[in-house]
Amino acid sequence: MTLEAAVRVRRNGFMLEVTLTAAAGETVAVLGPNGAGKTTLLRALAGLEDMEGRVVLDGEVLEDTAQGLFVPAERRHAGLVFQDHVLFPHLSVVDNVAFGLRAQGRTQAGAVARGWLDEAGLGDRADALPRELSGGQAQRVALLRALATEPKLLLLDEPLSSLDVSIRAEVRRELTRRLAAFSGVRVLVTHDPLEAMALADRLVVLEQGSVVQSGTPDEVTSRPRSRFVADLAGVNLVRGHARGDHIGLAGDASLAAADAGEGDVYAVIHPRAVALYRSRPDGSPRNVWHGQVESFDLQGDRVRVRVKGPVPLVAEVTRGGMRELGLSAGAGVWMVVKATEVSVYPA
Amino acid sequence: MRRARIPTAIGVLAGLGLLLFLLPLAGLIVRAPWNQALVELTDPTTTTALGLSIFCSLTATAIALVLGIPLAMILARTRGTLRNVLRALTTLPMVLPPVVGGVALLLAFGRRGLVGSLLYQALGIQIPFTTAAAVMAETFVAMPFLVIAVEAGLRSLDHRYEEAARSLGAGYWRVLTRVTLPLLRPAIFSGAVLCWARALGEFGATITFAGNFPGRTQTVPIAVYLALETKPEAAITLSLILLVVSAAILVGMRGRWLGAL
Amino acid sequence: MAMFMLAALAGCGRGDCLECNVPKMPTPLTIFAASSLKPAFDKLGEVARERQAAAPTFNYAGTQTLVSQLVQGAPGDVFASADTAHMTQLQTAGLISGQPTLFAHNKLEIAVAKGNPKGIHTLADLARPDLVVVLADQSVPAGKYAQQALAKAGVTVRPASYEQQVTGVLSKVALGEADAGIVYVSDIVTSGHVDGIAIPEAQNVIADYPIAVLKQSHAPGPAEDFISLILSAEGQAILRAAGFEGA
Repeated sequence: MTLEAAVRVRRNGFMLEVTLTAAAGETVAVLGPNGAGKTTLLRALAGLEDMEGRVVLDGEVLEDTAQGLFVPAERRHAGLVFQDHVLFPHLSVVDNVAFGLRAQGRTQAGAVARGWLDEAGLGDRADALPRELSGGQAQRVALLRALATEPKLLLLDEPLSSLDVSIRAEVRRELTRRLAAFSGVRVLVTHDPLEAMALADRLVVLEQGSVVQSGTPDEVTSRPRSRFVADLAGVNLVRGHARGDHIGLAGDASLAAADAGEGDVYAVIHPRAVALYRSRPDGSPRNVWHGQVESFDLQGDRVRVRVKGPVPLVAEVTRGGMRELGLSAGAGVWMVVKATEVSVYPA
Repeated sequence: MRRARIPTAIGVLAGLGLLLFLLPLAGLIVRAPWNQALVELTDPTTTTALGLSIFCSLTATAIALVLGIPLAMILARTRGTLRNVLRALTTLPMVLPPVVGGVALLLAFGRRGLVGSLLYQALGIQIPFTTAAAVMAETFVAMPFLVIAVEAGLRSLDHRYEEAARSLGAGYWRVLTRVTLPLLRPAIFSGAVLCWARALGEFGATITFAGNFPGRTQTVPIAVYLALETKPEAAITLSLILLVVSAAILVGMRGRWLGAL
Repeated sequence: MAMFMLAALAGCGRGDCLECNVPKMPTPLTIFAASSLKPAFDKLGEVARERQAAAPTFNYAGTQTLVSQLVQGAPGDVFASADTAHMTQLQTAGLISGQPTLFAHNKLEIAVAKGNPKGIHTLADLARPDLVVVLADQSVPAGKYAQQALAKAGVTVRPASYEQQVTGVLSKVALGEADAGIVYVSDIVTSGHVDGIAIPEAQNVIADYPIAVLKQSHAPGPAEDFISLILSAEGQAILRAAGFEGA
């Protein structure tokens, strides 16, 4: 069972154009900053959004603008999990979970729903109202409500972002378990890289309505093609024109790199590979720049230092090193990167 | 919480406003012929008018619910100029002087009216001077209250509930009856109560379109108007009854109706 | 305005009156009159205004409504009633100055749609079940008179509505909502939108119209003048032209 979708949505000057395939047993995560069009994409797949294009699920054409075909949302067998659960406030937890079953005309809907709740350890909350649940419980019930109807396609809209950070991990674990056990196609959208990395089998990066990158989480983060993904991967990303052993960057800056090749390239420099000095160092490296410390982030024993300069970079040093250098915001500092530490790939 | 002290001027103005409401009510209560009240209460004119008023106002509210909720649903979906036009149309009876409403109803449903003439000539049906006419007059002036309340409720409803229901496989009617209407219950309730209260108090349109006949079209407000000229004690007693009923309604709603408007 | 008037009046009291050529401002008068008197009184009002004898404003309503308003303290100068009972009511309440004067009489007539499509000829016809008949309420003089006439004719009518003033009955017939109604002869004469079916003397009722100055009036002089105008030959002619019978 696969999902094949070519979606185009035009709205208020915003254009979303995405081609997506997902196979059963695989969780596809659509990752992107806010405003990228992720929720719109999900709603289009669910049949809740005006779109042009073609959506085929398990061989059934759900939508084909060219042929004027359209299956309304209620007949798509697509379960939708909203960001903040959107449980029916006037129905009890068990009636919420049973809702889809009743819509399908299933007998014993209530008993089946209770079964789902018991299995999830929420059986004792079955008769409670949604407002009596905690955030995490509500989101879990929302997931069960969608799963209970045994849909072919499961769509999750930022399933964890409305939860407190403290319970996110726990809910994420349960979500991973359930997704693995789900036999249909799963598409999840999020702006949280951690969520994406933890849940995705395949990652699709969406920025400003278009797919900029897709692949396994590892593939994507090892070869980021945008600032967003680079930040996600926690690496420095620059783009320029390679000429053999160096890359010409914006504003006359130049980055020495081994085997840079020719043509338009991306270059990745891991923050670990950026060394900081108080005074201009002597030595083999040819990538030496002077800059100012913009800000820094403590992460345990490591410090991520953001440096402004001809090539703005994030450096990772130890706390001790930081102290020794006596660095503070605005302080002048020299950055050094070995050419061999620059990994280059075509843009 | 330490709030800023309210200036005296505001207190004075508020007090005057309160007096404006209190004094007429006080006048009614103080001047009421309490010793005759029981006699008046059991007077057939009184009981007939009361019974008719309750019947007509409840019927009008029922009609308003059946026609008004769908109307509110359509209104809530529309946008722009069309919405403004439809909105103006449905709230017109609220701003129209009731007698004008009565005249308009005559011109539409009277024996020579737009629709009334057809009914009369084809089926011999005559609407003015009937209880049905009283109900129609009350529905005309009171339904806008319901429509406005329900439309406001619909617009403030999170449409994701309906989307969630649809994604779970619910068709139009299931979504409507299991999700939308239950969630709209507070708005429907407060709209219905306001509608009923307005219908109960309707006078101008009723007397113009339905006329005045005891037991058929003589509702409490009309009875009060008449009694004022011939038997003021009866008028006061009837007024008090209506006052008590209205007060009970408002107290029962406990301020919930504010949200609907 | 008041100062000007004062000056004018003061000046006119002596020989050295500079403002005496200024025309006197007509006194405003408020006249409470039964609604059946409207066509006739409007005309009389015009006459009074032309003569600058008074500037009358009229409050027309069912006689019982007028009485109710006056008892509640509404300001007025003159009261013209459609029956003696209501005038007596005001007298008893001490609101009348002097004695009332009968200034006109009226008779009842059946109002029907133009052309009399339903073929109504007598009071007895009004009892026909296929007719929509409208009467004035018992509390209105015209309604009371109508009941008397019907009693004399031995007819029981089931009206569709009891109106608050006789002109209400007239308008329902004129609008086509009612097939017939009992109104005054004067109503039919001045209406033009309805036809009238005469009621025989034996069944008819004579309505007496008394008029009086109200005790509270601030302009008893001009008020009396207005009543004199009504009782004068000119006034009576106007009333007769409107369908009334003279005093």
